[in-house]
Amino acid sequence: MSGLVLNNVTKQFGSFTAVENVQLSVPHGTFVCMLGPSGCGKTTLLRMIAGLDDPTGGAILLDGEDITKVPTHKRNLGMVFQSLALFPHLSVGENIAYPLRIRGKSREDQKKRVDDLLSLIHLSGYGDRPVSKLSGGQRQRVAIARALALSPKLFLLDEPLSALDAKLREAMQVELRQLQQKLGITTIVVTHDQREAMTMADTVVVMNGGHIRQAASPIEIYRKPADTFVADFIGSTNLIETSADSSGDATIFGHKIPGLTLPSGMQKATISVRPEDVHLTTPGNGAISGIVTFVRDLGGTIETFVEAGGKQIVAVSTPRARPNVIAGQQVGIVLAPDVCVVLKQ
Amino acid sequence: MKREPPQSVADYGPLFFPAGMLLIFFVVPFGTMIAVSFFQRQQGGFYTPAFVFSNYERFLSVFFGGVLGFSLMLAITVAICCVVLALPFTYLLSKMARRLQVVWLVALLSVLSLSEVIIGFAWSTLFSRTAGITNILVELGVMKQAVALSPSFGAVLTGMVYQAFPYTVLVLYPAIVRLDPTLVEAARTLGSSPLRAFFNVLVPALRNTIMATLIMVFIFALGSYLLPQILGRPQHWTLSVLITDQAIYQSNMPFAAAMAVFLVLVTLGLVALTLLIGRKGEKA
Repeated sequence: MSGLVLNNVTKQFGSFTAVENVQLSVPHGTFVCMLGPSGCGKTTLLRMIAGLDDPTGGAILLDGEDITKVPTHKRNLGMVFQSLALFPHLSVGENIAYPLRIRGKSREDQKKRVDDLLSLIHLSGYGDRPVSKLSGGQRQRVAIARALALSPKLFLLDEPLSALDAKLREAMQVELRQLQQKLGITTIVVTHDQREAMTMADTVVVMNGGHIRQAASPIEIYRKPADTFVADFIGSTNLIETSADSSGDATIFGHKIPGLTLPSGMQKATISVRPEDVHLTTPGNGAISGIVTFVRDLGGTIETFVEAGGKQIVAVSTPRARPNVIAGQQVGIVLAPDVCVVLKQ
Repeated sequence: MKREPPQSVADYGPLFFPAGMLLIFFVVPFGTMIAVSFFQRQQGGFYTPAFVFSNYERFLSVFFGGVLGFSLMLAITVAICCVVLALPFTYLLSKMARRLQVVWLVALLSVLSLSEVIIGFAWSTLFSRTAGITNILVELGVMKQAVALSPSFGAVLTGMVYQAFPYTVLVLYPAIVRLDPTLVEAARTLGSSPLRAFFNVLVPALRNTIMATLIMVFIFALGSYLLPQILGRPQHWTLSVLITDQAIYQSNMPFAAAMAVFLVLVTLGLVALTLLIGRKGEKA
């Protein structure tokens, strides 16, 4: 198949397993974000795709060709490093022309390509400046242009935006996504910022402990997290213990949730309910009863902390959609069955 | 943080100590040497204060010019050899496991603790016909019979490179360790083989360090006067050897001083020239 395939890729450093049996296929032209806490193996995985680290097991295929043993400089990829790694002794134009020069392109070709790329990253006329005279965002764009100079098959970015301030980072996320869509290039970004991943990615790959926990579209990751880790790591959520009664219906704190059943054979399960899906009403009518412990009014949204069955449940709503409650008040919690996601153990 | 310019004499206080040390241990002896270089030598005795140029005149001859030229050539060759060898060595060293690096650095430091005399005689043994390394080559069948490699220019060069190598590594090491390792990785993802990345990215990025190291080894090698005598023939003797000879064995202090002053001036000139070229290269 065209695109990138990781087949049982494993990497061990001594006795420590950084990446274990990772299976992933990235179709041509997709934008993938690898997301996870630090030390989850996402950067190691990216470095193996780039050929900077050798996998201890498994294979990496690009467009059907096994590239596991191909050295980095023959893989036809572009990579942006966290440190950007712009060459300090070269000007902006020379930095972008570097891969072209290595491939022995003629001077005219180099100049033409550099001019094209500079206009692509909105830095036309900056070619002769030293790299040190650029701002953080400009350097970022130069690193991207340099990585794209040879029109690589694969575009890899390792925490590319982490050095930028928050506002610039948000703008660059949009810019990067638009650029990728314009060029239609298969792109893999490593990040620990879930907002970044949600903004840019076609597919979000959530990693933890060297394993892929879930690989799916951002909305599916959010709406249908596969397990407790993903549910907790992406956004905020309420993790609630449930148990099945004799008919297989789920009960929470002794209240039956109509329409929600646990998979057969499961006696106990954890479900995830996003705070915006927790609906507060007046007590009674079969609703789970709880006591409001705290109200955080943020203007745009209101977070209501409710204690029910010894657990804290957070409900988020807009001010208009919410009953007027104060701390200490008795409320009812209604959970629609379709918002409750049963998680794997 | 921006500092205020010094307001009173007391603000200059921290400078007094280094300034004093520099004055006592550098300016005064050097001044004395310059003064002595103009003194009149007493035949068979010491010297009397005067202001004559005869010492400098004597120096301006084909013989001393040749020795000066050879000394500079030797020092430059040593500097280049050291940097060419030490640069890849130190780079590979910086890629090793931390513990191995320490072992290597300690080994290099221990070479520094050897005196020039020991290094000289060790190498002269290694280069000898009777007990030298050529015997090993004979054993291996590479050579027909053992030969003496010393005294020769190659022997002098080897000894001096050996002596200066640890300094070179120790000067290069911090700069190479601090260098962003992703620079070379980036070059590799952009299509450079590791070897090309080394020359294309690492060497230019270390330009200033390499320049400084070259100058340091050059000056270090210029002062060497034992190794050329132990490992070389008289035509391999450096100006430092002649200065020692004049000062100690011929008791001609004024002439020795004149040669020393001349050597310092030529050295300073060369260093200034190197820095000038370096600065021009940076602008381009």
